[in-house]
Amino acid sequence: MIEFRSVTKTYPDGTHAVADFDLVVPPHRTTVFVGSSGCGKTTLLRMINRMVEPTSGTIEIDGESILDRDAVRLRRSIGYVLQNGGLLPHHRVIDNVATVLRLDGVPKREARDRAMEVLDVVGLDRALAERYPSQLSGGQQQRVGVARALAADPNILLMDEPFGAVDPIVRAELQTETLRLQQELHKTVVFVTHDIDEAFLLGDQVVILEKCAQVAQVGSPSEIIENPASDFVASFIGTERGARALRTKQTDRGTVLVDTAGRTQGVLVEGAP
Amino acid sequence: MTWVLNNLDLIGRLTVEHLRQSAIPIMLGLALSIPAGWFAFRFRLTRGLLLTFVGLLYTIPSLALFALLPPLLGISFLSEVNLVVALTIYAVAIMTRFVADALASVEPSVRQAAVAVGYGAWQRFWRVDLPLAGPVVLAGLRVTAVSTISLATVGILIGIDNLGYLFTNGYQRQIVPEILAGVVAVVVIALIVDGLLVLAGRALMPWTRKGS
Repeated sequence: MIEFRSVTKTYPDGTHAVADFDLVVPPHRTTVFVGSSGCGKTTLLRMINRMVEPTSGTIEIDGESILDRDAVRLRRSIGYVLQNGGLLPHHRVIDNVATVLRLDGVPKREARDRAMEVLDVVGLDRALAERYPSQLSGGQQQRVGVARALAADPNILLMDEPFGAVDPIVRAELQTETLRLQQELHKTVVFVTHDIDEAFLLGDQVVILEKCAQVAQVGSPSEIIENPASDFVASFIGTERGARALRTKQTDRGTVLVDTAGRTQGVLVEGAP
Repeated sequence: MTWVLNNLDLIGRLTVEHLRQSAIPIMLGLALSIPAGWFAFRFRLTRGLLLTFVGLLYTIPSLALFALLPPLLGISFLSEVNLVVALTIYAVAIMTRFVADALASVEPSVRQAAVAVGYGAWQRFWRVDLPLAGPVVLAGLRVTAVSTISLATVGILIGIDNLGYLFTNGYQRQIVPEILAGVVAVVVIALIVDGLLVLAGRALMPWTRKGS
């Protein structure tokens, strides 16, 4: 469990990135921070592994303040997936995946063996192990990034807009893969995105953020869609438009659902799912 | 040509001496410019000042440097150390800016990624920043190597034997082939050393090779 208590971040030039933020991130679930750029969501994420230090307030992991832990050791105990994979260009795929194990002093052969297994877990061909990152596609690089984050088997996984830079088809594939991995591994995942559809797809708990990381609403995707807390949330998640504002329409074969543009999006099926 | 063929022994001996006298300043220059370049890169405020100062070292005429160093270091005017220290100063003057630029050429996002996965500051410098700065550092090292090998010939003016001997001796005795032999030998070893550095760079930085 990760707990934010009255966390504030003010930069030396006086800009407020985060103002008085409170949140409980439940264990073994995926929590998604979603908001427009500049809302402080990445700052929140980076505070969890002390890449950004809060100006005031505390962050606790399993009841222990992260400020009591050595920052470098803390980072090794938390998986981190960056946009574009964030791979080290001068290390082969296998050594990128083994990075954290090697930093923790695991012997090279053992670390590489473990890294090979993790390549299987994320669905990467072992034949790619000896390549350099620049020889992989964007989607493959991103999988290596996920493999690196998982290699030391951390409890917590931080994902910073990981799929922001890949094309929509690969993104959908990686999202499905993330869901599959999470069903198997049950990590405590904190995921940052500006894409509300991605947030609703991946999140057990979705946190919608306004400026300065003000919480607009926290809840499951269903709770948020069924009961938006404010006009801001309603407009952000788009309940007035697109595929989330559906009307019923009677046809000869039954009831269908139609979006605001008049396009049919689905068929109304009676009975419980 | 006859002179050259009759004096291959002399040319060979001078070439070995010349290489030894150049190699030490090149390596010392690299070793010293890494901390200096890092300092200039890391502390932006001192960057301009430091790089200007180090760059000015290159403008000190070598003969003046040969006269200044002995009293400062307590060595003989005619000592080989005098030449080696002078060449090291010139090497540092060239290399420091290259190292500072090389470190600045490392993608900030890669540096961030290294921090995020748990590299400590010291480990990150040696295992991420410096290797990735490698291609630009190598470019600087190549300039430094060629320049040092060429510059080392002035050592003969303070009585230190190397390929420069062929210039002064050839001039005094009016043997033109001897002078030309000196020029050719300097150019050839400069090209060979440059080629070796390129090969070493490929071996040490395999990720920079294009394609799979």
